[in-house]
Formats: sequence, structure tokens, C-alpha cells
Amino acid sequence: MLKGYVPPYNATVVQKLLDQGAILMGKTNLDEFAMGSGSTDGVFGPVKNPWSYSKQYREKRKQKPHGEKEDSNWLITGGSSGGSAAAVAAFTCFAALGSDTGGSTRNPAAHCGVVGFKPSYGLVSRHGLIPLVNSMDVPGILTRCVDDAALVLGVLAGHDPKDSTTVQDPVKPFTLPTLTDVSKLCIGIPKEYLAPELSSEVRSFWSKAANLFESEGAKVIEVSLPHTSYSIVCYHVLCTSEVASNMARFDGLEYGHRCDIDVSTEAMYAATRREGFNDVVRGRILSGNFFLLKENYENYFIKAQKVRRLIANDFVNVFNSGVDVLLTPTTLSDAVPYLEFIKEDNRTRSAQDDIFTQAVNMAGLPAVSVPVALSNQGLPIGLQFIGRAFRDQQLLTIAKWFEKQVQFPVIQLQELMDDCSSVFEIEKLGSVSLKQ
Amino acid sequence: MAAPMLRWCCLGRRWVLACIDGGSRHGRGAAIGFTSSRKRGQSSVAQQPLITAQKSRKGEHKWAAVVGLEIHAQISSNSKLFSGSQVHFAAPPNSLVSFFDASLPGTLPVLNRRCVEAAVMTGLALSCRINKKSLFDRKHYFYADLPAGYQITQQRLPIAVNGSLAYSVCAGKKPSQVITKTVRIKQIQLEQDSGKSLHDELRSQTLIDLNRAGVGLLEVVLEPDMSCGEEAATAVRELQLILQALGTSQANMAEGQLRVDANISVHHPGEPLGVRTEVKNLNSARFLAKAIDSEIERQIHELENGREILNETRSFDYKLGCTMPMRDKEGKQDYRFMPEPNLPPLLLYDTASLPPGADPQQVINIDWIRERLPELPSETREKLVQQYGMLPEHSFALLNEVGLLEFFQNVIKETRAEPKKVTSWVLNIFLGFLKQQNLAVNESPVTPTALAELLSLLDRKAISSSAAKQVFEELWRSKGKTPSQIVSEKRLELMQDEEALERVCHAVMEGHPQVVMDVKRGNSRAINKLIGLVRKATLSRADPTVIKEILEKKLSS
Repeated sequence: MLKGYVPPYNATVVQKLLDQGAILMGKTNLDEFAMGSGSTDGVFGPVKNPWSYSKQYREKRKQKPHGEKEDSNWLITGGSSGGSAAAVAAFTCFAALGSDTGGSTRNPAAHCGVVGFKPSYGLVSRHGLIPLVNSMDVPGILTRCVDDAALVLGVLAGHDPKDSTTVQDPVKPFTLPTLTDVSKLCIGIPKEYLAPELSSEVRSFWSKAANLFESEGAKVIEVSLPHTSYSIVCYHVLCTSEVASNMARFDGLEYGHRCDIDVSTEAMYAATRREGFNDVVRGRILSGNFFLLKENYENYFIKAQKVRRLIANDFVNVFNSGVDVLLTPTTLSDAVPYLEFIKEDNRTRSAQDDIFTQAVNMAGLPAVSVPVALSNQGLPIGLQFIGRAFRDQQLLTIAKWFEKQVQFPVIQLQELMDDCSSVFEIEKLGSVSLKQ
Repeated sequence: MAAPMLRWCCLGRRWVLACIDGGSRHGRGAAIGFTSSRKRGQSSVAQQPLITAQKSRKGEHKWAAVVGLEIHAQISSNSKLFSGSQVHFAAPPNSLVSFFDASLPGTLPVLNRRCVEAAVMTGLALSCRINKKSLFDRKHYFYADLPAGYQITQQRLPIAVNGSLAYSVCAGKKPSQVITKTVRIKQIQLEQDSGKSLHDELRSQTLIDLNRAGVGLLEVVLEPDMSCGEEAATAVRELQLILQALGTSQANMAEGQLRVDANISVHHPGEPLGVRTEVKNLNSARFLAKAIDSEIERQIHELENGREILNETRSFDYKLGCTMPMRDKEGKQDYRFMPEPNLPPLLLYDTASLPPGADPQQVINIDWIRERLPELPSETREKLVQQYGMLPEHSFALLNEVGLLEFFQNVIKETRAEPKKVTSWVLNIFLGFLKQQNLAVNESPVTPTALAELLSLLDRKAISSSAAKQVFEELWRSKGKTPSQIVSEKRLELMQDEEALERVCHAVMEGHPQVVMDVKRGNSRAINKLIGLVRKATLSRADPTVIKEILEKKLSS
């Protein structure tokens, strides 16, 4: 729909970065209109996970008896901001922006072994962010380390008069303190997040992480978020409803793709929208319009809003009981091969993969995925920290401490690099960050 | 057509079919036509529609019509409701369109403070309750002049509710029989205007101009308390005056700043309400009452012929003089209302609830606005009646014409003539001349100063009233001359020399002994002839009252 569309203005977050001297290197690939959890449904094709070509993964793979071709079984990045995660993971850039509506920044971050940060709703301006679900979207930040994420957040956060949903309080750039003592912290482990589909590897790292905090003196307790099981359905209703509304503007009249039919306005609209949207987007629009019909509105939309309030309250209650942050998995497993991923449709995958991430968007809380370790396949696994609303700084401080403890390995792309005649050493690059 | 003349009288809520002419009945196939009223009193509000119809067998039928209105008034503001683009009438197409107005992805609405203030002012002027918390919603439908595919409006919780609007209609034939009616105001809501679409039939294309897209509108919903076109038109007129006095809207129907949709149904009194139709986009003050009345008649006619009224949307065809169904509104629309997620609830404060240390740029205090409301038309009219002793209908007439009140007040300031005289001259002669040449007050060749001077001359009895009219005509025709100049040029001064006048009277009496005899015999009208002769002899330079006095004195001696 937006093929060839060049926006005549900069998003606030982009402008803020440019004003601070950032250099825009390019735009990254994603699932169309940010709908998906694999970055496989974009018009430019799917995004390949750089870890598919890493030494760590390939070494593990040689042990397997299958004789596949080198590149045919590459892995997905996760999504929907997969392109941004891949760009950061492959050392293309120091930082990238994504969007996060149900986990679209944290999910690919976990699969690509980078830091994926979702700020509190209302902290960062959405002016210029093509909306998916206005009440849940935030711009996401992808970097290789937590300090970098904090640096970018310091530039981006703050009130924007162009976005009426940003908070009024001014925000100043900040440096994260280096935490040495975690004994005053209380880490919550939500028991409902122990999903049956969770891979044993991720579960094991989750456990190890909890133990790590405990061994360093923090209080680690099991907590309950009782309405977790309703969250995916609730998200689906609200998301599709807002999507149906937000996509209504794409008619080919003022900008973007327009079909050739000009028999009547209605025929033009119908053909343009059919041509310009993929099946995933169209499916969500149809669902959303169904939920917004007068006869369905009470039973679906209003009910979903009420359930959303319950879910948000679950978090509030837990934080009010003394918990500082929650520790959960980000994804069910490490990255899967593309050919396996596409065996299920987009909707099914989204429902499965968003399970740990989307409740956070419904509650508007800050969350960050931090890479922890490599799986048995040599692929990254990340864990998620969820903080109290507008305590983004505190959240990142704890994440930074954790990052230091786990010492996640640098991706080794040397084999790929050997083909190029450039001489830089990858290990050194791994330690280069924005913070000089 | 040999059909009886029947008059529909709008007596309160009843449409009474009363046969007023005798004569032949049962014209064959008499169609219901709309003949415009022939009886026009002094006041423009006393119009009674006439209709020819086949006389029904039942004799006297009572039908009651129920009319509700949805009025959209464009807010008078510098920029649009949610974006910074300018608001301007008749600008080049698509020159006042911001990224948000064009619905570019990623743009967000930002509420315009002035529009909120306008809504609060209007709500207060119409005695509404201002909701301290109101919400914005999206109303979805696909149309080329709605770029986002939805309109941002206030469906769930509008900014003001439960008000009333008082207006005056003429009850009987006399213009002085004015009664006050009230129509309840259901709510006032803020919403976006759409763009304009122009259909080019020749080239089979539609052209879209988005200049108007996103302009702030106040939708004022009037409950169905009105019963005919006249009442509706009067209520709309009064609302126009109020909006103009407040400055919240220029409310000029010709420029599209005020648009009216009417909801009309008919029923027999005592029975439940009938099916209603909506007549949309009544954009002309002149045709508002006519459109509504023609729809009422249509419905009555349909029902009387055993047919049903469809709950549909219609538009008024000016040329045909009746309503037609609108082609593109098939089936019932489901607008899929949804809360607008990009706008938090709108919170207003009063002095009691204002948070301390709040940024005055960011908050609106209802009490502060209330204290500064300008004078409303009803107040102005009341003051005129009190101050100048004029009749209520005169105060209406003064306010009804743009600039007339100011003109009147300027004349009053500069002359010692009695206010009643001034009122009469302004409303009858001055206004008459304006209307004849279709001019607005600000286009008048006669200035308030000139008229004031003229009236002063008249008041001093320096000229007669017929001379004054002549002077006025001359003032109108030739600019730059003062009344005094014209009077001396045309030698219109009244004869001040009473002795000379007596001599003329005497001469006339001598010259017309027959008439003198008639007077002495008791024919009171004959004296007028004498007066006329004297006036002629003095070239209209004598005051008729003085002439009469002198003649009477002479005749009685």
C-alpha cells in the first residue's frame, strides 16, 4: 500500500536523533504493517537472522546428520521489527528503531541476541509511527547493550506537543548507574508464565536467572497475574478493532498505491485495498470491523477493554506488593528455521509467540529483553524484565546489572567477513558501543 | 383546477385542515402543490403555507408534525479542530491541508483550545450543562471527502447537554401577537468537518477539496419540540444570532458555515409518533421552512393515501420544491463507533475544581468563560424595548438585519428626535430602500449621521414629513450632500411665517367657496381638500397640521 511512498515529514523520534547528530543509515524490513511475529510477511520478502550464518550456529549444525545446502535452512529473526534487530545484530549500525505493540521489538531482539527495549506508553512520542494499535504502540529501541538503549531513550523520551498521549513531565537524558548491590531488590516470577509450550532450554535459563538474583542477595518470589490466560484473546479483539480503524485511511486517494479502476469511488477503494494489503492485514481488518459492529460492540470490544483493565490491574497489584521488576521469558524457544515457521499461518504464530510479551503492551508498562546465553543450537536466548510504569530508568539499571553477570557472547560472523577484504576484527567491534 | 382552497394552519402542534372557501369541491386528481403564501404582514415571520388538496371524506383531520434539528455550525477559529492548518473560506483548492488533514500515516490529532472555548461559550449561552469530562470517538464510513475513513466526533459523552433555546413566533394575524417558544437542546458536540466533493458529470469524475476537512464544527442537536417549518426556521435564526453575538461562529448559511439537517415525522395527536425521515443539508435560510413543510405535506399525503413512510434520508430539491430520496444512502449505516485512542478525555474545570499551580495555557475554567460571555440577542432586544419603548417585534427586526442595530444606535446618538421616530424611519423607510435595491446595511449610501441630521430637521419642524421623505430619496441618490444642503437646494423648508400662511389659507378659501360650504355643512372630509389646496399653493412647504389649525380657526369664525 505504501510502496514508493516517501513521507514528507520526519517522525519525532527520528528528528530527535537527527538533531543529536545521528546518521540515518537506512530503513529496515518488517512484517507488513507490523503484523506478524516472524518478519516473514513483508512485501520485500522475509528477513534472515544473522545468527543463521554465525560460527556458533554453523558449528553446532555440522554435528547434525542432515546434508542440507548452506543457505536453504536459514532462521527467522522473529518479528515484527526483525529487520532492525538483524541490522543491529550484524553490526550494520549501533542502534535501530522498531515498534512494539505486542512484543514486536522484544521478540526479534531475543532471537537475534540484542537488547530490545519497550518504553512505558506515553514516554516516547508516537508522532510519525504508523499506527497499528494506537493505545498499545510504542517506538522500540534495539541496541547491542543496555547502556546504548538508555542513551537512545534519553534522547527520545519526553513530552511531544504533536502527540497528545505523551506525558507532560519533562525528561532529561540520564546515565545508568552501575548497580553493585541487588540485595534490596525484589524480583517477581509470574507463575502463569510457565506455559506448557515453553521450551525446556528457555525454562532452564529462566530458572538460572532467578537463582542468580537470589544468590546475589535479591528477594525472588513467585507472584500471580491471574488474568494472563485471557490476555491473548483480549489482545486479539482490541488489536484487530483498532487495526480496522487505522487502516481505513488507506484508500489510494491522497497517497500510496492506487489501482487502475476508476469506475466509481467504491470500486476504486475496494480494488486499491485488495491490491495494497496482504492477507494478514485484510484478515485483521475484517475481524476488527466485525467486533466494532453495533450488535457486537458490547460483547467484544467493551468486554475486551474490561478484561484489559483487569490485566493491567494484575500488574499494579503485583508491583504494589513490593516487587520491583518481573522476570519472564521473552520467547518460547530460540529462532526456528523459516521453512518450519511458515508451516503455520501468521495469526497462529502471532498468537503463540506473543504470549509473554503482549500483556505488557496492554498494561502500558516498560519491558526489556536482554540476551542471556546461547542455546544448544548455538542460537541466542533472551529473557524479559518488566518494570513499573515510568520507572524505565530503574528497569534498565537492573537489566544492565544482569547483562554484566551473564556476559552474552558476541556473534561470530568471521566466515562471512573472510570473503570481504576488510581487515577489522570482530571481537573488538563487539565491545564498541555508543557510550565512549 | 377546481379544487377547494384549504389552509394549513400551524396552530401550536396541530395541523388543522380547514376549508375556508366555499365553491366547488373534489377537483379530479388534485395533486398536492405548494403555493406560496400571499398574505404577508409587516413582519417576515407571519407566513402561512397554503395547500390545495383533495378533500377527504372524513372531514376534519388532525395531523401533528414533529420536527427535530441537527445543526452544524463551523467554529470561527484560526486553525482547524485537530491540526494547525488555517481556516479560510474560498481559498484555492487543497491549499489549507496539513499532513494530518490528508490522513498521512503517523499523524496524530492535537486539540485546538479555541474550539473548546467556543463550545463552552455556546453551551453556556444555551443554558446547557457543561460536562467537565467529555470524550472523543471515531465514526467510521468510507467516502472520498473523509480522508481518514472516520470522523472524530463526540458520541458517548459530548461537551454540553440539556440546554434550551427560546425563540418567538407570531401567534395570530397581528404582528404584535408574539409568543415565546422553547426548544430543548439535547447536546452540543465538537466534531470534524469533512472535505468537499464536486461531481463533474461531464467528465465522470469527482474532485475532492480538503480545505474544509478537519475544520471544527459544533453540532447542536435540537429535540423534536418544533411542529412546522416556520418554528424550525425561527429557531435556527435565533441560534444564528446567538452564535454571531458570541463570536463562536459566523453562522453564514450561504458560506456553508451553518448547515441544518431536519428529522421530520407526522402523527395523529394521541397516537404514537410516526416514522421519521431525515432531510439533509438544508443550506439556505430561505428554503429551510419550505423544505420542512413540503416534507410534512408529503408524509401526510402518503399516509392519507394508505402508503407508508420509509425511514430514509432525503434532500430538498430547490427547483422542484420538494424532497427527494438521496441515492447514495442505501441501507442503514453502521458507523462502528470506537473511542478515539489518540485523545485523552477532555477535562474542564471551574474555579472550585481548578488544580493549584495549573498552567493557564493548559486548562479551561468554565466560570471564567461564563463571566465574560457577551450580551445575548434576547438581552439586547429586552434592553431596546426598555430603553426606547419600542415594540418587541421592532427589536426583533433591528437584530435581524446585519449591521442594522449598530446603524440605529448611531442615529440615536446624533439626533434629538424621539426614539420611536428613529425606529420607525430606520425600520420602514431606511430598511425599505435597502431591500428594494438588495443592499446590505454597510452598503448604504446614507450614513447614520445623515439620517440623524434629517430627523433632527424633522423634529424641529424645519421640514414636513413628506419633505423629509423627499430629502431622504435625494440623500440616497446623491452621495456627499447633507440634508440641510438638499433642503435649501430644493427649497423644502417649512414656511415659518404664519401670517403669510394665513394669507394663503384665506386665498384658497376665497377661491373655493363650494368646498368651504361643504365643510360648514359638516362634511369633515372636505377640509382635507382645502388642506391639500393650501399645500399645493405653498409648494408643500407648509406643515399640514398648522394648515389645518389655521383653516379650522377661520372656518369656525
